[in-house]
Amino acid sequence: MHSLFQRFGVGLGSVILICVATWLLGMVLAPNLMMLDFSLRPNLMPAQIGGPDDRYTLVNFTALFSDPVHRGIFLKTIWASALVMATTFVVTYPMAYWLAKVARRKAVAFVTVALIIPFWINEVLRTLAWYILLAFNGPLNVVLTSLGVIDAPVRWFSDIGVLAGMVYAYILFMLFPVYNSISTLDSAQVEAARNLGASTLQIHRRIVIPHAKAGIATGCVFTFMLAAGSYVAPALLGAPGSRWFTEIIYNWFFEGGNWNRGAAYALVLLALCMAFVMAALRIFRVNLADVAK
Amino acid sequence: MTVSYKATAGAAPSAQGLTTLASVLPKVIFAIYMVLFFAYLFLPLLVMAAATFNTSKFPTVTPWLGTTLDWFSALWADSAMWQALRLSILISLGVIAISLPVGTAAALFLNSLQDRSRSLFYAVMVSPLLTPGVAIGIATLVLWRQVGVGGGTALIILAQSSFISAYVMLMVAARMQRFDRTLEDAAVDLGASRIVVFRRILLPYLKPSLLAATCIAFLQSFENYNTTLFVRGTETPLTVYIATKVRTGLSPAVNALGLVLIAATILAAIAYELARRRRSSGSEA
Repeated sequence: MHSLFQRFGVGLGSVILICVATWLLGMVLAPNLMMLDFSLRPNLMPAQIGGPDDRYTLVNFTALFSDPVHRGIFLKTIWASALVMATTFVVTYPMAYWLAKVARRKAVAFVTVALIIPFWINEVLRTLAWYILLAFNGPLNVVLTSLGVIDAPVRWFSDIGVLAGMVYAYILFMLFPVYNSISTLDSAQVEAARNLGASTLQIHRRIVIPHAKAGIATGCVFTFMLAAGSYVAPALLGAPGSRWFTEIIYNWFFEGGNWNRGAAYALVLLALCMAFVMAALRIFRVNLADVAK
Repeated sequence: MTVSYKATAGAAPSAQGLTTLASVLPKVIFAIYMVLFFAYLFLPLLVMAAATFNTSKFPTVTPWLGTTLDWFSALWADSAMWQALRLSILISLGVIAISLPVGTAAALFLNSLQDRSRSLFYAVMVSPLLTPGVAIGIATLVLWRQVGVGGGTALIILAQSSFISAYVMLMVAARMQRFDRTLEDAAVDLGASRIVVFRRILLPYLKPSLLAATCIAFLQSFENYNTTLFVRGTETPLTVYIATKVRTGLSPAVNALGLVLIAATILAAIAYELARRRRSSGSEA
């Protein structure tokens, strides 16, 4: 604090301090505390608020785990998000390695631009593109049937559709961190391993992947968090009956009219993502500063 | 960087038939992977773009009923779309107005801290980026309801700024790390006031990162959906408008919108690249 005022003077230092305090206290901390407070109170009529029934309770949290449907959707969201994360890693890793170690400079510049363009349009439109492609009478079914790959049109709006759309939406969040961390690897290490007789698989498993762990952790944290918190892809590309956890939260707020329970569910989602971040940091032994680069 | 590539490529031709196959096979597999990767990346977009020109009322390319440009004029005539676009731009400007000063202040604040408190504040500041967007929207909605403010443009701006400020902070902080503090000291020794040092030395130095941060803030806000969905009240920004269209009657006019947005971003990317080359041509060539 002292050095802040020393460096910027009292006037400017105060402005900086006020800005930071407004952000962290007013826009980050206070909303989350209020969400916590909300989630711990029962859903009451306006007249009952402040009355004897208005006391802290865990009922909104226990409801999630005692309702088999909601519990099932919550668990499914976790493992499906993990699947999205793993698939995204498998899909992007070769490309990240190629960009970092094999491709020439010009190719890297060209491919980077090609990669970024689809991601400058928003997630809703990207998902819409998949919606059109995967439609029952849509182009994918028509092409696959006419090629004889499938006999009858497939209903792609299912877990497979959600997976395809989500991996698509979050590819860059995995690709760029992994690419960045692989490019700091000294190529001589790969060379040395190869000269000593290591197979390609061994080189990746023992040298490249351990070196790139910070980037991999970053990519995993972001894809998991984005997938678990996704709303558009499951809503558009999922099977009509199946729901994502965020859709239940939305329903509590705008259809069920129970904000307290919705806040509790949102808090559980938040806690899940935070726990995942902590676990990833611990497992990959990286710190937060490396993740948020 | 390309050493290992050249070494393996050079060794292949001298080997015998069997080893040639063994060294060619990975390349074939990799080529197939590349084709599939880019097909995966671009096929949905190509289909979406092509559907814009099909007369079919539902956006698709199968069957192809006839080629038309009508969907562009339908888009042009769609007043709800223009309203949503205007709102999205307004929100983006509001988000930039908040998150740029806040994020910059946060970066300067971090830069003046000691190591241990710095990493604590750093963790708090990046936490909104690791928070699901829906939770940010809900937390903001719940807080402001207590003081009687419901969802709407103001809450959208506040909720988005709470995490977009973190992006700005990261980008400014990255540039701050390479800042030479002795410049500030020299200016002070020469009699400049703190404000003048900030305005004449630090701000010009940070300018590239501030510009980049403005672009990122704009894009992040413009395309945000998850957070906006919860705090929008009855307002309809562009992303919400598009998502609603899917349920209430999708027409290729939405595809036309996507196509226009893609074209705009490609043009912006080209303009940015040209500007960057012109700037760096003196130093690199």
